[in-house]
Amino acid sequence: MAVMNVNPTRMQMTKLKKQLQIARRGHKMLKDKRDELMRQFIELVRENQKLRAKVESSLEECNRHFINASAVMSKKALESSLMSSKHQTGVEVASKNVMSVDVPLFSAVSGSDDEGEIYPYGFAFTSFELDDAVMSLHQLLPDLIRLAETEKSCELMAAEIERTRRRVNSLEHVMIPRYEETIKYIAMKLEENDRSSRTRLMKVKDMLLEKAHGYSEKYE
Amino acid sequence: MVKNIAVIGDSESIKGFGAVGMDMYLCDDPQESGNLLKRIADSEDYAIIYMTEGLFALCAKERTRFAERTIPAVIPIPSAAGGTGIGQKRLSQFVEQAVGSDILFGN
Repeated sequence: MAVMNVNPTRMQMTKLKKQLQIARRGHKMLKDKRDELMRQFIELVRENQKLRAKVESSLEECNRHFINASAVMSKKALESSLMSSKHQTGVEVASKNVMSVDVPLFSAVSGSDDEGEIYPYGFAFTSFELDDAVMSLHQLLPDLIRLAETEKSCELMAAEIERTRRRVNSLEHVMIPRYEETIKYIAMKLEENDRSSRTRLMKVKDMLLEKAHGYSEKYE
Repeated sequence: MVKNIAVIGDSESIKGFGAVGMDMYLCDDPQESGNLLKRIADSEDYAIIYMTEGLFALCAKERTRFAERTIPAVIPIPSAAGGTGIGQKRLSQFVEQAVGSDILFGN
């Protein structure tokens, strides 16, 4: 691992040591974040998988009902009876913060709670197959909304997990080793300087002694 | 904040959704689906946009813009012709993106 391009001074080393400490703490926190996100993500994915299987099979059933209905009614009559819905289904949007990811929370807001209100047509000219079709779709509504919620959450969380994973890896395999190497390099350099100045002093002392008293310490 | 639900698809597949109070956007021309999605999503009236699988696959480029936003959620649903498994595939893509390999579905 490459050593950073820094001056080998004591001050720089203290600074790097502080940075290393921060990097280690950040690494630990990000790792915890990743693990927790992953746990919740897997849970959501499992739920989503079940919901999707359910929604897809129910929608297929709905379509069968509609096909039955269109068999006994004319296409025009069928479409016109479905066209004018009495109420608008809305969703109340809130958001939840999961490990710094904003995931949406949807809850259905229906125009009315009256069971009979779900049919947008009068019963005089329509077949009961159409009632079945609309009813089954109406019952599927909560699942459909929940599916949207979990799927969007999965999408957002997958992106965040990927980002967090990259950051954890870069800290673990690049930043922290680099700091460690650089600190080690500076420590060695400082020691080396220390030794060289010590020998220089000893040498100077020898020379001074020899000059002043005519003897040298080194032969004792 | 109350928002609506939109459904994009061919008339055969989505005719029932209007009856349960969603806004239907008929799209019989697949080429138009990307523009339609953009228009609907940018209007910011909708929290959820369901799309039939065929059209969903066609506007991958348009969808990336909304991938990072909390809403709208663009969700594929099977069309009248039957499901193509895009929903499951999408889910395993998420798992692969997050984990690094597909550990849940194993394909």
